[in-house]
Amino acid sequence: MQFFQPATWVEALETKAAHPEAVPIAGGTDVMVELNLDHNRPPAFIDLTRIGELTEWGMEDGLLRVGAGVTYTRLVDELGDRLPALAIASRTVGSPQIRNRGTVGGNLGTASPAGDALPPLLACDAQVELASTSGARRVPVREFFTGPKRNAMKKDELIAAYWVASAPGPQQFAKVGTRNAMVIAVCSFALALDPTRRIAGTGIGSAGPTPLRATEADEFIAGELDWANHTRPSEATLARFGELVAAAAKPIDDVRGTADYRRHALAVMARRCLSWCWN
Amino acid sequence: MVLELRIETTVNGGRRVVEDVWEGESLLHVLRERFGLYGSKNACEQGECGSCSVYLDGALVCACLVLGGQANGRSVVTVEGLDGDRVQQSFVEAGAVQCGFCTPGLVVATHDLLHRVPHPTEEQIREALAGNVCRCTGYAKIIDAVNLAARR
Amino acid sequence: MKVGESVRRPDGQAKVHGSFVYSSDLHVDGMLWGATVRSPHPHARILSIEAAAARAMPGVHAVLTHADVPGEKLYGLEIADQPVLAIDEVNYWGEAVALVAADHPEQARRAAAAVKVEYEVLPPVTRAEDGRVLRHVKIRHGDQSAHAEVVVRGDYEIGMQDQAPLGPESGLAIPDGAGGVDLHIATQWLHVDQQQLASILALPREKVRLTMAGIGGAFGSREDLSMQAHACLLAIRTGSPVKIAYSRPESFVGHVHRHPGTLVYEHGADRDGKLVYVKARILLDGGAYASSSTAVIANATCFSCGPYLMPNATIDGIVVYTNNPPCGAMRGFGSVQNCYAHEAQMDKLAAALGMDPVELRIKNALKTGDRLITGQIIDGPVPVAELLRRVRAFPEPAGDGLMPGGYSNTTHGEGVKRGVGYAAGFKNIGYSEGFDDYSTARVRLFVHEGRPRVEVHSAAAEVGQGVVMVQAQIAGSVLGVNDVVVLNADTGVGSAGSSSASRQTYITGGAVQAAAEAVRARVIELGESELGGELPVGNEAALATLLGDAVIEETREFRPRATHHLDPETGQSDAHMQFAFAAHRAIVDVDTELGLVKVVELTTAQDVGKAINPLAVEGQLEGGAAQGLGLAVMEEIQLKDGVIRNASFTDYLLPTMLDMPPVKMDILELGDPNSPYGLKGVGEPPTISSGPAIVAAIRAATGREIDRVPVRPHDLTL
Repeated sequence: MQFFQPATWVEALETKAAHPEAVPIAGGTDVMVELNLDHNRPPAFIDLTRIGELTEWGMEDGLLRVGAGVTYTRLVDELGDRLPALAIASRTVGSPQIRNRGTVGGNLGTASPAGDALPPLLACDAQVELASTSGARRVPVREFFTGPKRNAMKKDELIAAYWVASAPGPQQFAKVGTRNAMVIAVCSFALALDPTRRIAGTGIGSAGPTPLRATEADEFIAGELDWANHTRPSEATLARFGELVAAAAKPIDDVRGTADYRRHALAVMARRCLSWCWN
Repeated sequence: MVLELRIETTVNGGRRVVEDVWEGESLLHVLRERFGLYGSKNACEQGECGSCSVYLDGALVCACLVLGGQANGRSVVTVEGLDGDRVQQSFVEAGAVQCGFCTPGLVVATHDLLHRVPHPTEEQIREALAGNVCRCTGYAKIIDAVNLAARR
Repeated sequence: MKVGESVRRPDGQAKVHGSFVYSSDLHVDGMLWGATVRSPHPHARILSIEAAAARAMPGVHAVLTHADVPGEKLYGLEIADQPVLAIDEVNYWGEAVALVAADHPEQARRAAAAVKVEYEVLPPVTRAEDGRVLRHVKIRHGDQSAHAEVVVRGDYEIGMQDQAPLGPESGLAIPDGAGGVDLHIATQWLHVDQQQLASILALPREKVRLTMAGIGGAFGSREDLSMQAHACLLAIRTGSPVKIAYSRPESFVGHVHRHPGTLVYEHGADRDGKLVYVKARILLDGGAYASSSTAVIANATCFSCGPYLMPNATIDGIVVYTNNPPCGAMRGFGSVQNCYAHEAQMDKLAAALGMDPVELRIKNALKTGDRLITGQIIDGPVPVAELLRRVRAFPEPAGDGLMPGGYSNTTHGEGVKRGVGYAAGFKNIGYSEGFDDYSTARVRLFVHEGRPRVEVHSAAAEVGQGVVMVQAQIAGSVLGVNDVVVLNADTGVGSAGSSSASRQTYITGGAVQAAAEAVRARVIELGESELGGELPVGNEAALATLLGDAVIEETREFRPRATHHLDPETGQSDAHMQFAFAAHRAIVDVDTELGLVKVVELTTAQDVGKAINPLAVEGQLEGGAAQGLGLAVMEEIQLKDGVIRNASFTDYLLPTMLDMPPVKMDILELGDPNSPYGLKGVGEPPTISSGPAIVAAIRAATGREIDRVPVRPHDLTL
């Protein structure tokens, strides 16, 4: 096992290019569990915690560019008003100890369907910036997840940042777990509304092989909502929205919950999130 | 398996160097087995229990989730580095210690909480310490201890 | 330093500073690390074990199999049926098959992975219904064909709970160079470990010396051997100190669990709500090996009707062998499973009768002088009705706290309904069924730096409950001395029995009291000869003068009153020594659409006889209730075909600070005429009725019949 500790982003990319099997590590909240519990013995690690630019965020080209290494604690403290769904989700990640270390970059890299940050990124139509020695590219989050714990990254790429619009409208996130803190999602749901463009985005967590978007639900509710007068959607509309979100899920029975319950809970959360967004 | 990593770090204010470390060792393992600082506990080694809570460059973290090499050049403060703190005395007095395995982590986490929020509400205490699992006390006396420390 | 004071723990300072040495903190120069090769199958025949490759790996000092066990190859608390290392068959997932010792833990892990075991996989027995009977306890009490006007029935299922002490199993074995071994270990009972180890290692007991290392919680999980024999075998073989420290996933297969069970009950009562009969069948899954199953099933059966007068009872308690993980002791020890059933039945009966559920319980509550279903006349205070009245009398809290779901933002009030539930429970304190229950204590009095000092030495395991403090308080009280030092427990003194069955304060407390009184009698003798009868107890200066260079030491064994075997056909007998009672009220908020539960408050009343240390008693009531809450709403080892699917703290969920509500309590000190200071065992009753009260409250909030714990979100919504 080798341990690389690049001091600069360029050096990190060169290291990854030279050692494509090396596992990048930042907050360690996923990687270290695999290591400590002897689930995985990668040939090498690349420590990304020395690279200052990964922990920066700012506005560029009208979008927020958030470095992959910004922790959940900082997201809550610094970006809560600009990225409310992501901030609500960040607050549900583990404990203060985990939020002080864990990063959205890690969530994207692991690409677990249970990654708490992922449904909000889907709902907000964020883009992932991937980089290698041959350059950078942006991949829409909606195309990023290719299978269970698989993503669109090439072997020589690292996650630099994600790009997302500062919330143009209300956003919500809800997560079901079987205790009141410190829980991996049984299922989760994010909703982002854009009143200017009159579109809605959804994200579903822990209810399929990847984080999912409920496209039909997005389109349905974008058409149903009274964007002009902001009247409250009918119970039937809320219920239909919930049904469409549930229908978009592809859950299984596992140790955290049943497929039927996940569909049921997604419908409830979708209804509630929509009503909270609209009130 | 090769043992060739060198880690140089500041622990509780003192410079510590260890050589020939296996690259896969967590900061928790390094603190305990290399530096002999056994106060940080190894209850789950997956960030779920908080028993290994330490400060890393001033941030409260689980030492089990930090790869040893990541602590290179950083500053670590463990429960041993908080000697004589009001939090420790409050835990003893409030009856917040039973088996005590969770206690060092809770002492560090409480220290962090009171540093950020000198007079936390009960809700703030519960949210801040939700990552520190205690199997003995049912938490009531721990909350008493935090309140007692906050009053000091 | 007196009985009745909230004296602070003597180990508290070390524990808050991180300097208290737990078993996993032990280390010596040149120490090797042990690792265990475990079965990936719940049931298989071992065809071959190929260890040469592992032995040849760097840093590896030994690889051992069952062939390297010099003595008895089987061990067990009640029945020696569990192999130290699997012989020709594995009977549960995670069973130990081989051992490795290496310089570095990673080398040990890699070598363990390199041990090739060839298995012929056999079909596992994973349903208790298909299991082989280990013990069948029958109770035939009163009229076996009793009829009643009102009858309720129910089938209940209890999931498998883990003790999940925060300190994983660990210890350090140091060979003495003369064929013997010193084991530093966290255990609930040093002497029963020593006895089993001597037999496994084929050594006389004096060559297997045990010293207690700091214990990171126990709750029943440290009654059976885990890594003790393994570390000793490796140490003796390699001639080097060997440490074994389980990871959390390994801990889940390294100790026994609380028995899961299915319980079928039929209660009959008259129209006024007087109980007439119970018929019950309790089936517990004991898993692959016996552990303490035979005692657990006796408890489950004896206390199957709860703390109520039951004139007629037909109870069959059966525990079986399967290929599931072995089950044994956990706080509550058989009385937890049955409490869910009898309390659900009481609520059902109240509903059928149109009665208030608390009134129904009070009407049938056991009283002093009543006959239990085992025929035993219950003596001493039996305040069941009083405990129920007290928990009911507490004001109910307003609903301004955190919503179900906590900070996960699942509800802003939608779907949330409140429910209130009650439960009462009881169990035996100390060992039952004729088991020789005793403890040994040595008390020394001498002058240290001009002041009298008392040293107390016993083998009682300080698992967190505070028995170190209790021993000091008792010795200090008897001798009127403030400087009391409790020596670390080891096998250099006689057995204390286990820290289990809520017995240690009673039994070891009794032994310390007896030894201290014997010392006191000698001080009085000395005073009579030196001071003409004046007793300097309480006057430390005078006592120091009187003692001079003298060291007064006395050792005493203490035995509570004897118990007797259950009649094999009727279960009738004076099988139990003392009984403890508690009642709980739970208030819950349930998100009825999502099935998420927030326990808002727990209220309890318990008779502790005499609170030797009131602060510690409160800690037991709060901590015990948290474990009850865990089983009620989240804690379950989930098995599929004998394999544990959630052997980690990510998926075996323990209550956090956001799950456990405040506990309001009323502690009664009614004084048991038979026990030291009138005390009663305290530790287990909080874990018995807390969970059933929570489930009753969830039923009240949701209107659903809930017949299984832990209650899962889908049980409340689909």
